[in-house]
Amino acid sequence: MAKQNMVILYGTWTIPYVKRVELTLKVKDLRNKSPMLLKLNPIHKKVPVLVHNGKAITESLVIIEYIDETWKTGPRILPQDPYKRSQIRIWASYIQQVNEAMVMVLKTIGEAQENAIKEVSEKVKLLEAGLKGLFPDGIPSVDEYSKNVTLLDLVILANLGGYEAQEGVLGVKIIDSEKTPLIVSCITALIELPAVKESWMPDEKVVAFLKFFRENALNSAAA
Amino acid sequence: MSQVTVLGAWSSPYVYRVIWALKLKGVDYEYVEEDVLHNKSDRLLKYNPVHKKVPVLVHAGKPIAESAVILEYIEETWPQNPLLPKDPHERALARFWIKFGEDKFGALFGFFMTEGEQQVKATKERQEQLTILEEQGLGDKKFFGGDEIGMADLEFGWLAWWMDVMSELAGVKGIEAETFPRLHAWIQRFKDIPTIKEHLPDRSAMLTYFKGGRAILLASAKS
Repeated sequence: MAKQNMVILYGTWTIPYVKRVELTLKVKDLRNKSPMLLKLNPIHKKVPVLVHNGKAITESLVIIEYIDETWKTGPRILPQDPYKRSQIRIWASYIQQVNEAMVMVLKTIGEAQENAIKEVSEKVKLLEAGLKGLFPDGIPSVDEYSKNVTLLDLVILANLGGYEAQEGVLGVKIIDSEKTPLIVSCITALIELPAVKESWMPDEKVVAFLKFFRENALNSAAA
Repeated sequence: MSQVTVLGAWSSPYVYRVIWALKLKGVDYEYVEEDVLHNKSDRLLKYNPVHKKVPVLVHAGKPIAESAVILEYIEETWPQNPLLPKDPHERALARFWIKFGEDKFGALFGFFMTEGEQQVKATKERQEQLTILEEQGLGDKKFFGGDEIGMADLEFGWLAWWMDVMSELAGVKGIEAETFPRLHAWIQRFKDIPTIKEHLPDRSAMLTYFKGGRAILLASAKS
């Protein structure tokens, strides 16, 4: 089989930035168009890495835009209108800050953790307000999502979709239906999509991973 | 023709990216200077309530923030004199380097915020990132964008004008021909482009302004 058209994604399921790209590929349903391999063993220093036609691309948001521009048939991950595109890009890139703040909560204890929780809660509040502006008529239903999912939806799902598992590990609610109803509605609807459901990790696995990650971080901080 | 307004600050390289892009494409705009340090206008707070920063581009009454997102919007709305290549892989590479520039800004700028031992460390870090940029980002190309300037050149434009002023004030070397021959040559070419040449902030004004800025940064680092 020629290297032409083959798409390989390098990464591990535990990294949300990898998950974003995996979800994009699934939503675009490229399986019948290009042979696709999902290699879950990271061999590159930085993941995700997408290799297409023998050429490598890194940076999750850059990869997703590349996927959208290369495979134009099928669902578009970014709308046509430049202004709508700009709003989606702004909030999608903001999620990196939310993610970094969230990771701080996982890596700390005591007062440091309290501060981290405060910081991430503020960021998540801003994101919620941003979503309110983007979806004045409310979050799309599963049906509506099945016709049209955007870059922002996939990024929210990949980075924040494991919020319940996280609550299980930390014992604190950062994302929930009271504080962040739109984020929760978005995730709840998206998880029902067939393309998402088939590769969604069960909570126990996520909990186990988060526990391991936290222990590791705390041990190396103490060392 | 819909009204285009740029909310900016005269000393900001982020603002200049937007100005350069509009000028290169021949787009008319109204420029509004914001006093971001002391007195943000109601207009700025209305158009960028989340981060309250410049630049903000307002087109037909709709605001867009974040210089990287603004540049993509400008590219999509005014396609003449394109700043991104057509080929998706080439576009992904340009976007990768733009993201690199954003992520590494702290590392490239750290020398200016520090002194003594810390500054030695920060300057070493800067040189490492500049080496990566020179060897892998620019390589043997005339510009980051290839034969013509592109979005990545605008992203790194601050290295061609601001870096020199900051290096002088911080008492460290600038981007010299002996250490960075390719970047140095690129800087001369970039500054020679008429549109860029005509739109650079006054150097002596910058010396005064950034001298004060460095004093503030060093003082707050001590507190």
